[in-house]
Amino acid sequence: MTKLPDGRYVDDAPYDPQVSIQQLERRDLDAPNWVLIWRKFKTHKLGLISGIFLLFCYLMLPFAGFIAPYGANERNSDHLYAPPQAVHWVHEGEFLGPFVYPITAEADLETFQWVFKPDTSTPVQLEFFCEGAEYSLAGFIPSDTHLFCAPDGATLFLWGSDRLGRDVFSRILYGAQLSLTVGLIGISVSFFLGILLGSIAGYFGGRIDWVINRVIEILRSLPELPLWLALSAAVPSNWGPVAVFFIISIILGILDWPGLARAVRAKFLSLREEEYVRAAEMMGASSGRVIRKHLLPNFMSHLIASATLSIPAMILGETALSFLGLGLRAPAVSWGVMLNDAQNLASIEIYPWTAIPMIPIIIIVLAFNFLGDGLRDSLDPYQQ
Amino acid sequence: MTPLLSVENLSIGFGSGDAVVQDVNFNVMPGETLALVGESGSGKTVTCRAVLRILPRAAQIRSGRITLNTEKGPLTLTEMSERKMRDVRGDQVSMIFQEPMRSLSPLHRIGNQVSEVLWLHRGASEKEAKRQVLQTFERVGFPDPERAYRSYPFEMSGGMRQRAMIAMAMVSKPDLLIADEPTTALDVTTQAQVLGLIKELQQETGMALVLVTHDLGVVANMAEKVVVMHKGRVMEAGAAEPLLKNPAHPYTQQLFNAAPAIPAEARPAPPLPDDDLILEMNKVNKTFTMRSGSAWKPDALVHACRGVDLKLPRGKTLAIVGESGSGKTTAARIALGAELPDQGSEVLFRATPDADPITVHKMSRATRTAFQRDAQMVFQDPYSSLSPRMRVQDAMTEPLEIHKIGTKAERRDKAAQMLQRVGLSEEMLKRYPHAFSGGQRQRLSIARAMMLDPSLIVCDEPTSALDVSVQEQILTLLEKLQEGLNLSYLFISHDLAVVARIADEVAVMRQGLIVEQAPPDTLFYNPQHPYTKALIAAQPEPDIERPINLKLVAQGAGSPEKWAEAFRFTDTMVPSLVELEPGHKVRCHV
Repeated sequence: MTKLPDGRYVDDAPYDPQVSIQQLERRDLDAPNWVLIWRKFKTHKLGLISGIFLLFCYLMLPFAGFIAPYGANERNSDHLYAPPQAVHWVHEGEFLGPFVYPITAEADLETFQWVFKPDTSTPVQLEFFCEGAEYSLAGFIPSDTHLFCAPDGATLFLWGSDRLGRDVFSRILYGAQLSLTVGLIGISVSFFLGILLGSIAGYFGGRIDWVINRVIEILRSLPELPLWLALSAAVPSNWGPVAVFFIISIILGILDWPGLARAVRAKFLSLREEEYVRAAEMMGASSGRVIRKHLLPNFMSHLIASATLSIPAMILGETALSFLGLGLRAPAVSWGVMLNDAQNLASIEIYPWTAIPMIPIIIIVLAFNFLGDGLRDSLDPYQQ
Repeated sequence: MTPLLSVENLSIGFGSGDAVVQDVNFNVMPGETLALVGESGSGKTVTCRAVLRILPRAAQIRSGRITLNTEKGPLTLTEMSERKMRDVRGDQVSMIFQEPMRSLSPLHRIGNQVSEVLWLHRGASEKEAKRQVLQTFERVGFPDPERAYRSYPFEMSGGMRQRAMIAMAMVSKPDLLIADEPTTALDVTTQAQVLGLIKELQQETGMALVLVTHDLGVVANMAEKVVVMHKGRVMEAGAAEPLLKNPAHPYTQQLFNAAPAIPAEARPAPPLPDDDLILEMNKVNKTFTMRSGSAWKPDALVHACRGVDLKLPRGKTLAIVGESGSGKTTAARIALGAELPDQGSEVLFRATPDADPITVHKMSRATRTAFQRDAQMVFQDPYSSLSPRMRVQDAMTEPLEIHKIGTKAERRDKAAQMLQRVGLSEEMLKRYPHAFSGGQRQRLSIARAMMLDPSLIVCDEPTSALDVSVQEQILTLLEKLQEGLNLSYLFISHDLAVVARIADEVAVMRQGLIVEQAPPDTLFYNPQHPYTKALIAAQPEPDIERPINLKLVAQGAGSPEKWAEAFRFTDTMVPSLVELEPGHKVRCHV
């Protein structure tokens, strides 16, 4: 600081009046959009953990049969409604590695219930990479090797068994294959319809916009659950489980698109006013080019976030339908089908483990919500 | 004498980054006006917000002390509890924000919002508060205070809202008023009136004022003391008069030289030749239908352009000047064929002197494509005119791609060449636009407009979103390009001083009509129309000897019904445009 005779202060630090126009102002932002989104998403811990968890879940799906100790519909008629069994490591002060105590069923003649008694004198060690029920790896490689299974003469019901003596833990793993993918197929259908109709409505406006909006409103005014019920009741009962599965996911998608189409339309309307869109139009770009090159890339990330937030609704929809007996049917295994067995309050009271499939549903839905939230927060990486 | 407010060694930083305000010191005496001057990112707003401790959440005051000397003794604002701070805000120190649209709650009546200050700080009864508020409303120039008391913010214009904000800040008779760019969002005539009002109120109540601004013209009109900030540091500080007359720091000099000014003396200029016109607009009308709010009322017609005649000679610059809603942007869009004019209008474009004119108002698809290669546009907001998903290279080559010109390598080379032409380097092709500053982005969008080698460029307020020093560079660049390539510009602006520099002819528009048209020097030498006179008088000059003449502003700024007899116009009766002297047209009854 220098003080001039007239009382002014002037900074002495060297100053370059031609602060170069070559310099980047925001060096930190000098990266493609997805890198910036990823940088910001990384700071959203809950979203990041949920994302990793979901990735892990989906990567596990093809190997569900390998991880599950039993087959999806493998019955164990001596052990109906067996309670969860613990895996032990130490027997009478001696380390044995993972083992279980075999259980035997005894009828209680007072309550007429099966009571399962563990035999704590004979520990039986688990087997690894053993042969068991047949399954196909990733849907097409037949195999019968399991990561771990019950030793001869004992059972391994980690989360108990159900009314037919099927292992709940194994069935949850198999059920995940359908329950988790139904959301993905449904969302692709809804994405396709939503983007197509939403962008037409938003970009062209006028009469088309009016018609699409009215269709959306009519679809939204229909009561959802009865409509699902009616549509899925129309699925012929002689169709195989896979066909039913596809139809169910498409039904869910068809009913979900209006929400997405509205979001797309609103985003289109606001993006259309951006000057780079006007600039492209002034250069003579066709509407198709403007939509493809300028509009879609700029709101794809918003769409992905909103899709992530609507996958849980699909999963819940499938569960609700199957729970009511109108969605997937046995022998297909999904979490909703499993919960169908737990419809009876009395059976939940006596055999609470039959309601365990609720836990993965809750966890997956929460994880998708956290992930979607994290994505949405990191979509606009340009501000700080 | 103790200063009212003293800021000592203030440093503020965001998160863990470098300090955005470093070691700032200044004092404000009671009744004095201090201007904090700087460009965006200079830390001036953060500094003034630190006084009231209303900083963004991520910002923290790293060091320094802010003291307010009240009648009851000194208060150290930086160390007070949040509870005590609330008593100071709005009572001893109040603030006016930049955006009048956003600083009033849309759900509450203006009267209630202003009275709230009195209820909170004075414990006034509703009746007493209303009486005082009405008094203040009258003082700040509401024609009908009772009505203003009852109305909602959206019923008022920007200028009136800013008056309401001033009333809110003044009603508790604060010792210190902080005004953060109070007039930046307003039209130049409204700005002059609001500045005049603040000054009058200050003289009446004897409060001190901290005025944050980027405009040296505003400083020259308002301030006694100036603090010039740049990148968080004080560059120069001291009394306004010596600082403005003889800036000592190179940054202040740069700011001073960059400030656009209407020349103090002008000589009439000869009219432009009209033998080789690149663009000709004849009797262009544009009417929009506005859906009326009620189903029973007929739709209203809005006349955006009424009988606009413009002639742009090749290689020259024609500027359209007017406030928001004057129809200047509509006229530009019609000139580019982006908007269709009403029946009977004619827009002609000649790509080369001897070519057949293209009728822009009715083009076929093929002529439109050809026309787009010759006429391009530069937009106002550099932050939204480049797609954030496209690399600079893709954005630059897009026009060539659309018109299928050249191979990929040729397009790239052309883009590189254009970047150099606008003063940027070739290695920026690979970057994304969000890394660039506003000025660099505007250069990019100028370069993009130049990619097709157009002969006409429409500039829609290309500098109004930029800092003064950047504005100066962009104007220089536009001039250089015009000289090198014989470009013609249709230049839209709200700022007569910017136009003074770049235009060869100026058309002043008001409510869809051209009210006066002449070469700028003629216009400044001999302005005839009261609205032009008001625009010239309202322009804040960075020259302390040329204060704003509020009387002239008041005569021309009102609605056209209030102008002097000879110039008055209404919806139905409009005087015609009369050529007073060669090349100087005025809309008046002769």
